[in-house]
Amino acid sequence: MPVFYGTEVTSRLMLGTAQYPSPAILADAFRQSKAGIATVSVRREAGCDKAGQDFWTLIEELGVNVLPNTAGCHTVREAVTTAHMARELFNTPWIKLEVIGHADTLQPDPFALVEAARILTEDGFQVFPYCTEDLILGEKLLTAGCEVLMPWGAPIGSGLGLNNVYGLRSMRAHFPDVPMVIDAGLGLPSQAAHAIELGYDAVLLNTAVAKAGDPAAMAKGFALAVEAGALAHAADPMEPRDMAAPSTPVLGKAFLE
Amino acid sequence: MTESVTILGGGVAGLCVAAELSGRNVPVTVCDPEPVPGPHACSWWAGGMLAPFCEGETAEEPVVRLGQESGAWWERHGTQVVQNGSLVIVLERDRRELDRFARRTEGHESIDGTRLAALEPDLEGRFDRALYFAQEAHISPREALEGLNEKLRTRGVNFSAEPGNSGGQVIDCRGLSARDRIPDLRGVKGEMLVLRTPDLSLSRPVRLLHPRFPLYIVPRGDGVFMLGATQIESSERRRATVRSVMELLSAAYALHPAFGEAELLEIGVDARPAFPDNLPRIRRHGDTLYVNGLFRHGFLLAPAMARMTADFLLNGTKPEVMDENHG
Repeated sequence: MPVFYGTEVTSRLMLGTAQYPSPAILADAFRQSKAGIATVSVRREAGCDKAGQDFWTLIEELGVNVLPNTAGCHTVREAVTTAHMARELFNTPWIKLEVIGHADTLQPDPFALVEAARILTEDGFQVFPYCTEDLILGEKLLTAGCEVLMPWGAPIGSGLGLNNVYGLRSMRAHFPDVPMVIDAGLGLPSQAAHAIELGYDAVLLNTAVAKAGDPAAMAKGFALAVEAGALAHAADPMEPRDMAAPSTPVLGKAFLE
Repeated sequence: MTESVTILGGGVAGLCVAAELSGRNVPVTVCDPEPVPGPHACSWWAGGMLAPFCEGETAEEPVVRLGQESGAWWERHGTQVVQNGSLVIVLERDRRELDRFARRTEGHESIDGTRLAALEPDLEGRFDRALYFAQEAHISPREALEGLNEKLRTRGVNFSAEPGNSGGQVIDCRGLSARDRIPDLRGVKGEMLVLRTPDLSLSRPVRLLHPRFPLYIVPRGDGVFMLGATQIESSERRRATVRSVMELLSAAYALHPAFGEAELLEIGVDARPAFPDNLPRIRRHGDTLYVNGLFRHGFLLAPAMARMTADFLLNGTKPEVMDENHG
C-alpha cells in the first residue's frame, strides 16, 4: 500500500468530503469506499471562531487520515494562510496544496504552487501538491521539498478521466520512486482502475462519488476498481499487439466453416 | 391529554407547532426573546419555495412526501400560497445537468422554449428547454411568519420573552440555538440576496442548475426577487462573503441580464439547523420534546412536523421522524 511521508495508508483510494447530499450519506460512502484518506476544505467553511467545527468533527469521526486542502485559494499567500489554519484545526502537518490559476478550468497555477510548496515545506508541512502532468513542474516541486506528486487526470469536477494518458505514463516513468496520486477529473471506476494500472499509487476523487445518484454504491465501485487496477499492475500485464493471437492453437482443428 | 404546552422558539417550527396545537384546543405559550418574527430567526431568510419534488434531487424520500402537505396547511392557516408550479433551467453548456435533475426527481414535465415563454414571457428566447414542476408552489416566508404570529395572538396564544413556570409539556423549537441540548445538530450556512427590478417579471420560482453555483430565484411581487442560497458546512450566522454574493449575482445575471440593473435591497445570512442526514427529527429527551433539524426545508416541512408533534402529544401516535435513542 502507498506510503506518504512515512505513513502507510490502507487503501489506494482518497476521497473528498464536499458536495454530498448529507453528512450521513458521506459517512456511508466512506464506509463503502474503504478510503484511507479524507480530504477536507477549510477555506470557506472556517468563518470566524472555527464555525466549521461541527462538520470537521464528523470528518474526524470517519476514523481515516485527514488531509486538509487549500481548495479555493488563488494566491500563494492565501494558500499559506489556509494551510496554517488547517494545521491548527486538524493537528496534522499534511496539506493538499491547491493554488488555482484559472477560475473556469480550475487549472493549478504552477508558479505559485512551487512557491507555496517551498514556503510550507520550510515551515514543516508535508505537502501534497495538486499539479499537472508537466515533468519540469514535478521536478521543481520535488526540489521545493514535496515527497508526493498529485497530477490531475482532467479538470476538477469534469469527470473526463485521464485526459493525457501519454503524459501521465511518462510522468510515472520519470519519477519511478515518488509516491504519485491522480487527483481530480475522474468520473468512473474504470478510469480509476486505469490510473492504478499505469502504476499510480492512488487516486483522489470527490465529485464522482458525491454527485452520483447513489454515492455509497459508486464509492464501492471505486474501491473495487482500485483493487482491480492494483492486481493488474502487479501481475505484469501482457503487451498489446496488433495481430490476433488465439489462446488455443487452431492448427489441425476443423475451424473452417 | 396534555394540559398546557410551552413552545420555545417563535421561528417557523415553533409557530407551526403552536398553530397546530392551539387549533386543537391546547393552551399554548410561545417563548421567544423577540416578540415578533424577524431577522433573528433563520426562517426569516428562507426562500419560501414549497417545492418537494425539486428538493428530491438531493433530499431523501420523507422530504418529498411530507413536503406535499405543506401547501394546503399554509393555505388553511391564512397564508397566500401561489400555486404556479416551479421551473428548472440550465445554461447551454451545462445542459446535461438538466437531464440528471430530471432523472432524479418526479412530478415534472419537460417543456420547450415556446412553452417556457408562455409560462414566463420574460424568459422568451433565453432557454430552449426547461423542467416544469406544475404541482409546486411558493409563499412569502416573512408574510407567512407574521401572519401566523398575528393569528395565534388573536386565537389567545400567549407570547412571552421568558420561559415561565407554566408546567406542562415543553417543546423546544429553537433551531440552532438548541445546539447545547442536541449534540448532533450542526449549522449549515446560507447566504441570500433580495433584489428589486421593474424590468423583469416572474410568476414562479426558477432554479438555475449549475455545477458550481446553483441558484434559485423566488418572485416576491412588486419587482422584488429573493436569490438563494449558498450551502456551506459552517455554523456561522453572519458575515456574507464577497465570493458568495458574487456567485449568486453572476448566476442571476446569467439567468437574465436585467438583473444587472437591479437594486440590491438585502444581503442575508444565517445558518440552518441540520442533523447528519439532513432530515428533521422529533426527539424526546427527558421531559422535553425537541422539534428541530428542518435544514433548508423549514416552510416545506414545518407543517408536517407540527401535525406529527400534535398527534403524538394528543393521541400518542408515534411520529415517523421520532428518535428516542437519546434518552
